[in-house]
Amino acid sequence: MFDFITETALFKEYEVYIMTTIYVLVIMIPLFVAVAYTTWLERKVIGAMQVRIGPRNVGFRGLLQPWADMFKLIFKEIILPSGANKVLFVIAPVITLASAVAAWAVIPFDAEKVLSKVNAGLLYVLAVTSVGVYGVIIAGWASNSKYALLGAMRSAAQIVAYEIAMGFALVGVLMAAGSMNLGEIVLAQKGTNGLLDWYWLPLLPLFLVYFISGVAETNRAPFDVAEGESEIVAGFHVEYSGMTFAVFFLAEYANMILISALASIMFLGGWLSPFEGVHNFLWLGIDMHALTAWVPGMAWFFAKIFIFIFLYLWFRATFPRYRYDQIMRLGWKVFIPITIVWILVVGFMVLGEVSPWWGATA
Amino acid sequence: MMQGLKQFFKSLFMLELMKGLSITGKHLFARKFTLYYPEEKAPISPRFRGLHALRRYPNGEERCIACKLCEAVCPALAITIESEQRDDGTRRTTRYDIDLTKCIFCGFCEESCPVDSIVETGIYEYHGEEHGDLYMTKEKLLEIGDKYEKDIAAARAADASYR
Repeated sequence: MFDFITETALFKEYEVYIMTTIYVLVIMIPLFVAVAYTTWLERKVIGAMQVRIGPRNVGFRGLLQPWADMFKLIFKEIILPSGANKVLFVIAPVITLASAVAAWAVIPFDAEKVLSKVNAGLLYVLAVTSVGVYGVIIAGWASNSKYALLGAMRSAAQIVAYEIAMGFALVGVLMAAGSMNLGEIVLAQKGTNGLLDWYWLPLLPLFLVYFISGVAETNRAPFDVAEGESEIVAGFHVEYSGMTFAVFFLAEYANMILISALASIMFLGGWLSPFEGVHNFLWLGIDMHALTAWVPGMAWFFAKIFIFIFLYLWFRATFPRYRYDQIMRLGWKVFIPITIVWILVVGFMVLGEVSPWWGATA
Repeated sequence: MMQGLKQFFKSLFMLELMKGLSITGKHLFARKFTLYYPEEKAPISPRFRGLHALRRYPNGEERCIACKLCEAVCPALAITIESEQRDDGTRRTTRYDIDLTKCIFCGFCEESCPVDSIVETGIYEYHGEEHGDLYMTKEKLLEIGDKYEKDIAAARAADASYR
């Protein structure tokens, strides 16, 4: 179809760059649309949980609300505080967003639908998402405002603390899967028992620790002391307005989706169907494997992401904010010991070839 | 010991958090109380204290006798009254101003009025576009009274048995 382009010498010379750019856009554009509609979903779900209805006037059931918000933010003035370091002030949100988006390069959407099958995928994800802390610290410092600096300090300490628990939880996963390639981690969860084959069952404590750390990592309620509307205004992004603020906002939601995607890859079998190999569902003789064979793997993946996103919103509507020392206590004194103990347990389970997750049957 | 164990398992399995989640989860599907405001309006009581109005008797004579009780009782000092003797010997106001930007809508003026002249209507959707628009003069107040006399009278009648 595009022969007239693909046959040109210019295209052939830069084929890798052009195709990579196209793949990146194919991932990025739906991601940003998903971010936009996550904000809509958040307002609707939290509204419903508070017995309100949320946005309803812009478009059908408020479906155009994210676009209205976006245009509002684009047309607003970007105010540079006096005494702010202008370069860092503008770069900070970009760093945060870049780290949130770059990790999507190794996320497998389906068996073959990956931008890059990096063998150290897990390591790459950990490394790239950690860079986001710099955005937060730089934003807080460059704003030349004590509130922003305080928020940045809180936020950075919190992210660093939970990063460790999160890293340990992922160590458990890579021990279980025997690979750092996200695609292979998913394939290692493939079996004949459907969703019972996934790692959420043998790694249940790590799964919980990972997701809760993920919530803390993205500075979402109930761990949103960095933002703390009622305490320190908006934390590290008090001084941001207009598009620079929007980029922080975008990064926060992109991070939420990323954590959800990683949680579903690592613990809920990524694109695998929950009925994989289930030929006799609940001993009723229903062949769920065949019945759901037409569902594409990506649909399962997105459904799993949606579950986690919904949990994020549910948590926000339910739990009051943690006190700061409680956050630190939970991170250092509860989560890290739990993960270390369970890593040992995982080690023994792998050695003992506990079925159905390990050993010949897996 | 028992208490400690109980507490340990309670926090380990996050029972209280689950309880909280179940409550918000139930509310997700609950009937919503939101009023679609510009299209739907909440019912208001006949005692509602909204925009002020000055009333007239059915024969067209204004009720106000310039007794200045409302001016005296007004806690926000929003009312200003000047009066004179009219040719027929009755005392009438020459000036009756209410500064709505001062008014706290306590309803004391209406309570104090011996002839039910100054009243607070059920109107709550009004605005001023320029400075002074919310400074109500006698003419403006009488105009509101004339326009909404039916509603005002109905609201007074509905509430009469409780006064």
